[in-house]
Amino acid sequence: MIYQGKQKIWSDYQKEIPSDHWFYVRSCIRQSFFPGSEKWFLGICRDMLGHDIHETEHHTTCGGIAYHCDVIPQETAMTIVARQFSLMTEAGYKNLVASCITSFGNYIETLETWREFPELEAKVRENLWKACKREFERPEYVAHASDLIYKYRGEIAERAKYRLVNHETGEPLRVVEHIGCHYSKMFPHKGVGGAEYPCVLSGMAEAWGGQIIDYPERRHCCGFGFRQYLVKANRGYSMSNTHKKFESMEPYHPDVIITNCPGCPYFLDRWQYVISEQTGKTYGQNGFGIPVLTYEELAGLVLGIDPWDLGLQIHQVAVEPLLDKMGIEYDPKAKYLGLNEKDIMKPGLPTVLRCC
Amino acid sequence: MMDFGFSLAPSSAINLDTVDLSRYRKLLELEPDARICMGCGSCSATCTAAPFSGMSVRKVILGLQRGQDREVDRMLSACMLCGKCTMVCPRGINTRHLILSLCRICADGTHKEREDGR
Repeated sequence: MIYQGKQKIWSDYQKEIPSDHWFYVRSCIRQSFFPGSEKWFLGICRDMLGHDIHETEHHTTCGGIAYHCDVIPQETAMTIVARQFSLMTEAGYKNLVASCITSFGNYIETLETWREFPELEAKVRENLWKACKREFERPEYVAHASDLIYKYRGEIAERAKYRLVNHETGEPLRVVEHIGCHYSKMFPHKGVGGAEYPCVLSGMAEAWGGQIIDYPERRHCCGFGFRQYLVKANRGYSMSNTHKKFESMEPYHPDVIITNCPGCPYFLDRWQYVISEQTGKTYGQNGFGIPVLTYEELAGLVLGIDPWDLGLQIHQVAVEPLLDKMGIEYDPKAKYLGLNEKDIMKPGLPTVLRCC
Repeated sequence: MMDFGFSLAPSSAINLDTVDLSRYRKLLELEPDARICMGCGSCSATCTAAPFSGMSVRKVILGLQRGQDREVDRMLSACMLCGKCTMVCPRGINTRHLILSLCRICADGTHKEREDGR
C-alpha cells in the first residue's frame, strides 16, 4: 500500500481515550480462564499507576455469550447492558471500561443501535424500569481494558523491570499479537487502528521492547466463534481455525502470543495441547508450545510481578521458556502453591506437549 | 492418538510453492489458449452436465493451477463433450478440444502410474 494512504487511514482510526475516571466491568469467563488478569488490571492501573478505576460487585454478565449463541434476543441483551449503565450512573462515572472484547462489542453495538433506532432505547429504558426500577445515562466513552493499557504503555515502560528482549542475546522477542474479532471488526472506528491496522497490542509490545511478527493469517479468527465451540460436534472447526493460524505463524518462530479477548488466549493455549495429542506436532522450541498471554499478564511480567501471582501456572502451555528468555526470576517449586502456600496440586502431564 | 470426539478438518489451504503443476504445464503446451481464459464462467453457466455433476471448465482450469488433480479428474469424468461451452466462450477458446487434450494428459498419467505399479 502507498505509505501516504496508510497514514491517512491511520489518522482516521485514532482514538482519544480519556486518561482517568473509569467504571470497570469484568468478564464472566476471564476470571476462570485467566484468574490473575483482571485482578492485575486493577493492580496495575489503580494501585501502581494511581488512576481512578471503580468497580462494583453488583454488575453481572453483559449477556454477550447468550446473545451471540442466539439464546436471548437483542432487546434482552440491551436491557442487561442498560442495567450496567445504571450502575455506572449510580456510581457517578461517565467512562465505561470493559474487560471482555465481546462485552465491549456488545456495549458498542447497543449504543450504535440506539443511535440508529431511538425508539429501541426508549423501550429498553421502560423494560429496565419495569424490571428493577433503575434509570441510566449513556456513557460518554466506552473503552476496552486493552485500550487503557495501550494508553498507559509509556508509564508501564518507565516502571518496567524487564523488557521483551532476550536477555542473553539482546535481541527483541518475536511477538504475535492476536486481536479479538469483536474489538474492531464490527465497528472499526471504535478500535485503535481500526480493523485494518489495529495497533492496540502491537503498540504495547513495541513500547516494551518486543518485535511484532506480521504473518499471513494474522487477522484470522482464533476459531472460538461461540457455537463453533459450544457444540461439541463443531469443535473440530474451531480447532482447525487455530491450527491454520499456528501453521501460518510457525515459520516466524514466535516467542510469545498476546491477546486481548477472553476466548482467543484460551483456545490458542488449550488447542496447542489437543493438536499435539492428535497430530504429534508442537509449535514452540524443544517440544514446548508457544506461550499465550493476556495483555495484563504481559504488562505484569514487564513490571516484575511474580509469574505465579499473575496466574501463569493456570496456562496449558508452559511459560517457563519465555520467563527464561526475559531473564525473569521465579521459583519453580512455588508454581503450584496457592494462598498461604497451600498445595493446589500439579496437573497431569501431556504425552506430547512438553511442560514443566 | 487421543480421541477427543472431534478432530482437525482437512485444510483447504493451497501452497502454490509446493503444488504439482506438471499437468497444467502439459496442457499449456498442447492448448496455449488456456492462458487466455479469464475465468468468466460462461462455460460453466451453459454446461449441461453442471447442475447434476458439478462439472465446470472454469473450475477445471483453476483446479489444475492449484494442483487439485483428484477434483479435476472427477469433473472431467462428467463431461459429455457436447461442446456448448465452446460456443459461448467470449475469448474463443476451443474448450471442447481443451477438455479432450486434458483427458489425454490425465490418461497418460494414469498409464504411467500403472506401469510404475503405483
